[in-house]
Amino acid sequence: MTLKKKSLLKKIKNFTINFGPQHPAAHGVLRLILELDGEVILRAEPHIGLLHRGTEKLIEYKNYIQALPYLDRLDYVSMMAQEHSYCLAVEKLFNAKIPKRAQYIRVLFAEITRILNHLLAVGCHAMDVGAMTPFLWAFEEREKLMEFYERVSGARLHSSYFRPGGVHLDLPKGLLTDIYIFVEQFNLRLVEMEDMLTENRIWKQRLINIGVVSVKDAYDWGFSGVMLRGSGISWDLRKSQPYEIYREVDFKIPVGKNGDCYDRYLVRVFEMRESIKIIKQCLIQIPHGPIKSTDNKLIPPSRYKIKQSMESLIHHFEMYTQSFTIPASETYVGTEAPKGEFGVYLVSDGSNRPYRCKIKAPGFSHLQALNHMSKGHMIADVVTIIGTQDIVFGEVDR
Amino acid sequence: MSNNIIVTENFKNISQICPIKKIQYYNSEIILIVQTNDILEILLFFKNHFLCQFKILTSISGVDYPKSLYRFVVVYDLLSIRYNTRLKLKIFTYELGSIFSVTSVFSAAGWFESEVWDMFGVFFKNHSNLKRILTDYGFNGYPLRKDFPLSGFIEMRYSETQKRVINESIELSQEYRTFNFISPWAN
Repeated sequence: MTLKKKSLLKKIKNFTINFGPQHPAAHGVLRLILELDGEVILRAEPHIGLLHRGTEKLIEYKNYIQALPYLDRLDYVSMMAQEHSYCLAVEKLFNAKIPKRAQYIRVLFAEITRILNHLLAVGCHAMDVGAMTPFLWAFEEREKLMEFYERVSGARLHSSYFRPGGVHLDLPKGLLTDIYIFVEQFNLRLVEMEDMLTENRIWKQRLINIGVVSVKDAYDWGFSGVMLRGSGISWDLRKSQPYEIYREVDFKIPVGKNGDCYDRYLVRVFEMRESIKIIKQCLIQIPHGPIKSTDNKLIPPSRYKIKQSMESLIHHFEMYTQSFTIPASETYVGTEAPKGEFGVYLVSDGSNRPYRCKIKAPGFSHLQALNHMSKGHMIADVVTIIGTQDIVFGEVDR
Repeated sequence: MSNNIIVTENFKNISQICPIKKIQYYNSEIILIVQTNDILEILLFFKNHFLCQFKILTSISGVDYPKSLYRFVVVYDLLSIRYNTRLKLKIFTYELGSIFSVTSVFSAAGWFESEVWDMFGVFFKNHSNLKRILTDYGFNGYPLRKDFPLSGFIEMRYSETQKRVINESIELSQEYRTFNFISPWAN
């Protein structure tokens, strides 16, 4: 029997699959439409917005104090970093100066948050690629760090501890000692984790030369944070546009070379080391003193004063029901959140509520480049690339 | 941001070759107001001019002022890593107006513009994939406009009889109360 030529010429169509939204490697609710040629990706189109809660709209209806907790719930693995941007924006509009001790506490906790985030990022990335153990170890350390969160604010995750004008409460007794004990042992934990991954053959095979981003592409797609530094650009807002007391502490910016997933993994690990260095310096340098600004227009009176005078009680009540007003102006403040530049574009109109609060989330522009980064790679590499981008849907969808 | 002063001096020179309507400088931030139709060329200029090099588009945000003649302000945030400076470009538009998409200059603009379209209904011309990016499939209205109610118009629930999630128009037992005054006694 001879085959007819017509039956040999079959039409071949590319395979399109739906990745997510309920996929453990999708880091939440990412729906990805993948167009495949065999196992090679031709197009990856992320569908986002499944976790959209309308934070920006909600903030417009809340006063300046009430709006703060929404910021915690954006990127729910680096909570205080986002409060930080918002507080700095409000303080800039209000022209408030905050005392030294508050600045040190903020930096201390911003760096704890960075470790918290990178532990999750590296741990989950490792688990997506197939290594289970570092993930479990990382979560044990995260538990300790969240205990510090809890001791200082009462909440393990959504702390709303940084407030416009300072921080909510002073550090409890013995906290700094415990942080020091943690820092001392954490270096060893980091070494253990690196033992599992850095020279691991499988880890290297899966990460090296995957998702390479050139300097030009990193600029073009508006990358920030680790994604930018992984490509070899030495840019860190803590160094280049220092806020709080980052000018007074000594730390280095780790920079990648090839811009692939492995370099970004290394940058994250080294950033944790640098954070440890900053925390240690903060523990030594932290001064005594007030933890809130003395501006009565911005800060409610203390518990003690409320019990003593009627005026303070009224002031306290007014503060928490109506908050403060900010004259009409606008500002953009970006800080170096663990995932990249987290910015708040705050427009005030003279009332006690933000007229507009645009939130610039780093993950949004990173995820946008997913198609660009994963084109031509195998389907398993998409998981690696999502992992290296450190996507959290709370901030992407807002 | 010590470079800012130098850069503002620079902008005075630049404004002679580049059509800028207004330069504002306060809070140590530079804001340029430009003509809506020129945005593509101006961004290209600022991206590539040797003394600017604003290579990163940080974000595009919209602001709604319903009482103004041109009710939407679209703000482009630029960042120059070379000179460690930020720059804001503002353009004005209204519901029926449209803006040229800048995706040919910055790839990052694709989703940013989609977001502005989704949230404010500002249309971008020549955009390759202008879609409702954050809201639900088949959503109506533009949520971040000031005349859009906080509660929205539809609510979702699981219908036991139809065995699926259904959309219904929203039913509030009580109107959403906006305490839209500074002090409860002053009003």
